Amino acid sequence: MIAENIAFWLTALAMAVGAIRVVTTKNVVHAALWLVLVLGGVALNFVLLAAEFLAVVQILVYIGAVVVLFLFGIMLTRAPIGHDAELDNNQRWAGLVVGLLTFGVLASVLAKAFGRQHVSPASVQRTSDVANSVFTTYVVPFEVVSLVLLAALVGAVVIARRD
Amino acid sequence: MLLNQFLFLGAFLFCTGIYGVLARKNAVLVLMSIELILNAVNINLVAFGAFRSNVAGQVFALFVVAIAAAEVGVGLAIVLIIYRNKRSVDLTEVDLMKG
Repeated sequence: MIAENIAFWLTALAMAVGAIRVVTTKNVVHAALWLVLVLGGVALNFVLLAAEFLAVVQILVYIGAVVVLFLFGIMLTRAPIGHDAELDNNQRWAGLVVGLLTFGVLASVLAKAFGRQHVSPASVQRTSDVANSVFTTYVVPFEVVSLVLLAALVGAVVIARRD
Repeated sequence: MLLNQFLFLGAFLFCTGIYGVLARKNAVLVLMSIELILNAVNINLVAFGAFRSNVAGQVFALFVVAIAAAEVGVGLAIVLIIYRNKRSVDLTEVDLMKG
């Protein structure tokens, strides 16, 4: 239990720093690299919650594909690779207020609702259970997601094509 | 482990993402902030799935990952075409449909 908690708090600290750097850094490429830290921390959280299949999917899809896509987007739009002060608009203080207020509301509601209830990763949901669930109970949403992915693929090609 | 530590982490990521969406001007950085928000949702889904010993949390997190991948693909395609038309990805300049 102690080891799990230490692992969680170290990961959470790294993720908090990474998330803040993603939204504040002045360098677009650094933002993508800090995002890798946050996404890896999310994968570690999945491991702590005994969702190992999802952790692997997180690393493959997010760190392997999405971040690479972001880097391609940065390079193709020729964002300035050095420091650039022009990344934030003039709504920074409004955004800060909205973010802090949202966090305050969420934190007070969560603290009231789930006080000191424990997660017991002893009741592990195995990957085979996830697979069974996907292909029985949730088979229709699964097929719909495959259609959505196909549509997004075709749509991205059509939008970005040079004609 | 407390359930709330995961929920608080998710809430923090969510609010950081909201700040990023509101305060950033570069379109690619706004998409990154949206990824932060989606990951916060995933942490919540998996935490509640473990809390209730219900596999649905993981299944829905899987769907969210798939949708997020599609969203990034289409979003970056739109960013590319904005760049091609305006030579910049500054979202404050994209006001063609402003009334």
